[in-house]
Amino acid sequence: MTENFIPVRIHIREQPEAWKRLGERYGVQWTPTVLVVDPLGVERHRIEGFIPADELVAQLMLGLGKSAFARQELGEAERWFREAVERFPDTDAAPEALYWAGVALYKKTNDPSALAHTAEAFTRQYRDSLWAKKASVWLKPETMRDARA
Amino acid sequence: MAIAWRRDPDDALVEAKVRGRHVLFDFSAAPM
Repeated sequence: MTENFIPVRIHIREQPEAWKRLGERYGVQWTPTVLVVDPLGVERHRIEGFIPADELVAQLMLGLGKSAFARQELGEAERWFREAVERFPDTDAAPEALYWAGVALYKKTNDPSALAHTAEAFTRQYRDSLWAKKASVWLKPETMRDARA
Repeated sequence: MAIAWRRDPDDALVEAKVRGRHVLFDFSAAPM
């Protein structure tokens, strides 16, 4: 997965000019801050603060998914989101990725069942996450009754 | 996860545009 990136570290003390210039360009206010920047130089995902390695990899998949989503490459976006959920189900990135996988599928197919199925999945996993709350509006009424039971 | 970090952000942005790749920027204050 790292072959998708050109990794660049900008150190606040050793590269003060680059840190100031790039930091201002991207509005960086804290270290560590990791940015996923697309080939045109546009930021697509941001991670502020230290996170463990598996969480970082999952977050990078989320970033690649968001970048593909922004290009309207919805199949590719969904694949990145699903891979993040499947490979790193215990990370904080996973529920966000599950949410966006459903959105990408819906936008690709225009089939509202993609959203309903995503909401149903959130009744079985990541129930306490912010993303489950966001997806809850997609639940069908009968599923909402079951989810509360 | 071992990452071979580069140091030149401007070169990276040019290369990313030419090769259609993403740049992973790490703004760091960690000891080098």
